[in-house]
Amino acid sequence: MDKIWLVIQREYLARVKKKSFLLATLITPLIFPAIMGVFVWISLEDKSSQALRIIEVVDENKMFFLESSEQYAFSFSDTNLEEGKKMVLDGNRYGFLYIPEFNLEDPSGIVFYGEDNPSINLISYLENNLGKKIEEQRLFESGIDPKIINEVRTRVGIKSITLDDQGEETVNDATVNYALGFLTGILIYIFIFVYGNQIMQGVIEEKSSRIVEILVSSLKPFQLMLGKIVGIGAVGLTQFLIWVLLIGTLSTIVIGYLGMQMPQQTAMEMANPEFTNSMPQSDVSEILQVISGIDFLGLVLSFLFYFLGGYLLYGALFAAIGSAVEAPSEAQQFMFPVTIPLIVAYMGLFVFVLNDPDSNTSFWLSVIPLTSPIAMMGRISYGVPWTDLALSMSLLIGGFLFTTWMAGKIYRIGILMHGTKPSYKVLWKWIRTSQ
Amino acid sequence: MLQIKNLNKSYGPNKALSQIDLDVPKGVIFGLLGPNGAGKTTLIRIINQIIEGDSGEIYLNNEVLNPSHISKIGYLPEERGLYKKMKVWDQLIYFARLKGLSHSEAKAKINYWLEKLEISSWKEKKIEDLSKGMAQKVQFISTVIHEPPLLILDEPFSGFDPVNAELIKNEILELKETGTTVILSTHRMESVELLCDQVAMINRSKKILDGTIRQVKKSFRPEVYCVTLGDLKQLIPQEWIAKEDEDNYTFTLPLSGKSPNELLSELMQYGEVKQFKEVVPTMEEIFIHQVKNNQNG
Repeated sequence: MDKIWLVIQREYLARVKKKSFLLATLITPLIFPAIMGVFVWISLEDKSSQALRIIEVVDENKMFFLESSEQYAFSFSDTNLEEGKKMVLDGNRYGFLYIPEFNLEDPSGIVFYGEDNPSINLISYLENNLGKKIEEQRLFESGIDPKIINEVRTRVGIKSITLDDQGEETVNDATVNYALGFLTGILIYIFIFVYGNQIMQGVIEEKSSRIVEILVSSLKPFQLMLGKIVGIGAVGLTQFLIWVLLIGTLSTIVIGYLGMQMPQQTAMEMANPEFTNSMPQSDVSEILQVISGIDFLGLVLSFLFYFLGGYLLYGALFAAIGSAVEAPSEAQQFMFPVTIPLIVAYMGLFVFVLNDPDSNTSFWLSVIPLTSPIAMMGRISYGVPWTDLALSMSLLIGGFLFTTWMAGKIYRIGILMHGTKPSYKVLWKWIRTSQ
Repeated sequence: MLQIKNLNKSYGPNKALSQIDLDVPKGVIFGLLGPNGAGKTTLIRIINQIIEGDSGEIYLNNEVLNPSHISKIGYLPEERGLYKKMKVWDQLIYFARLKGLSHSEAKAKINYWLEKLEISSWKEKKIEDLSKGMAQKVQFISTVIHEPPLLILDEPFSGFDPVNAELIKNEILELKETGTTVILSTHRMESVELLCDQVAMINRSKKILDGTIRQVKKSFRPEVYCVTLGDLKQLIPQEWIAKEDEDNYTFTLPLSGKSPNELLSELMQYGEVKQFKEVVPTMEEIFIHQVKNNQNG
């Protein structure tokens, strides 16, 4: 036990003390807020620094009105088409909107002339306004007062509330659950790949530099393997915790800073466009209500469980692969069976689990140990029956005990083997030999 | 110090060791000889408890070999290495602690050895920044750092330059003086003759001879004498293919059943005997002879 602890310490310190660890740990979380910040900053700069853009409008129907904004001013006139185009070419106008005379039932022929490609925002603003005006006009013509329509127009939003056994009510929102499931699942996927690879590289280093023969004369190969897996896992956890802290603080600072410069709503939209686009009905307070309704303790605990369980399960396999080969390039042939279930889990998360967490496929993906660490996270954010969770967790524990046992058998022989290129058949033989 | 009784080990259908018996007394340098693939490394790995034998018994200090003995053995494998990115100091601490030393003990011993091998100023350097010779000194320290009563060195001189090889040789002799038992596995016979008190030879999984160097040499005496004759009184027989040097003739003669004295008096009839010396085989000759014999038989 003491010796495993020494190995854990070495593996941990050797990595954490490296400059590259410090750099990767500090820079990675900076990337998100930095990108976010740069975009927000550019768009703010854009708005404030831009000169007012004047758009010439010729309306042959004499019925439309467009309200000018901070960015765009609309000047209505009777110039002809050629004249209008010339104004754009001369640079006197940003754009020229030509609305020909048309039948209200089939409005067509509206053209925007500009030197640049107009932004989607501008075009949709124009389309919306013109469309609305035409609608109103047609209602009016068919004898309905548009005012009545406006009064009658109703917005319906459904608040989704889950009831638990005690009758406790929680407000939830599928989008928030989706986002959480997505985020946690992807994190586990990346973590397993990155740190699994580190285990493999570490084992190959010890094997190819022949340190291992000295090591195994002092401790059992299994202790060495376990120490390595745990030590590198601890590095991952450390890195992850630092990230959580850094991203949390930085995002708060960035959003807080921007929040003072623009209305809260816009800031939220900028920070997380997905949220607001897909939930046009809910406002910020509702999102906050949803977020506060999520069982974060449960989520964090199960995340940690699957995070570690998945890592240990695959870590052992990566260690076994490393022990069987002599160079990273040789590892490719054995990577296949390890990579496939990971990718299946990753695809399954998007295709099945997040869209329908209670389907049969989602159930199986979330209990089979090879896919459950990633797939289950997609279900947990929506809430999952505790029986499923218990089954999945116990299978995962069983799973990593099994892979660790199997990897131990391969590792023990593999690390001392040189000059032979092992095949699956050989690996199978190693697993079966008792010594 | 170390007794091995009837040790067997197979890898699948291949016998690596069959019925090996060895007795290594305390305080000697014991040469373990044999060609590549003879089973030396397997035997060493079993003593180090890296792998287990299929059957047989091993005793260290009259106790059945068990995991507590790990700290009593120092092992320098033939294929060896260090963590390239690790500092000399950290590396030595790690190996020493794995062998069961406490942190403070490890520190004291490492300082002692770094001084002794004159590499103290390198302790904060990474292995990758060291010359090969330096790294080998570090490797040697890592083997002896826990002052094991039994030291197993597998081809210790391979890769060392002559200066460092000499230095390591002296360290080994010094360790022997302090009572350390050394098992030296090698096929460099000149170092065997120079260092070893006893040898055992393994070929094709079997032990084919063992004993003190003198015993081994004695039992392989070819009973041949080297003779130099001068002032010839009569012609020597043609079959004594002689080397002529001025007036001296040097040649080798088998005893052919005679006693040395009988042979000598016979020679005196031919002229003046200037040299009469028994031909003693070198370990190398014995080694080659034995391996060849073993292959034919």
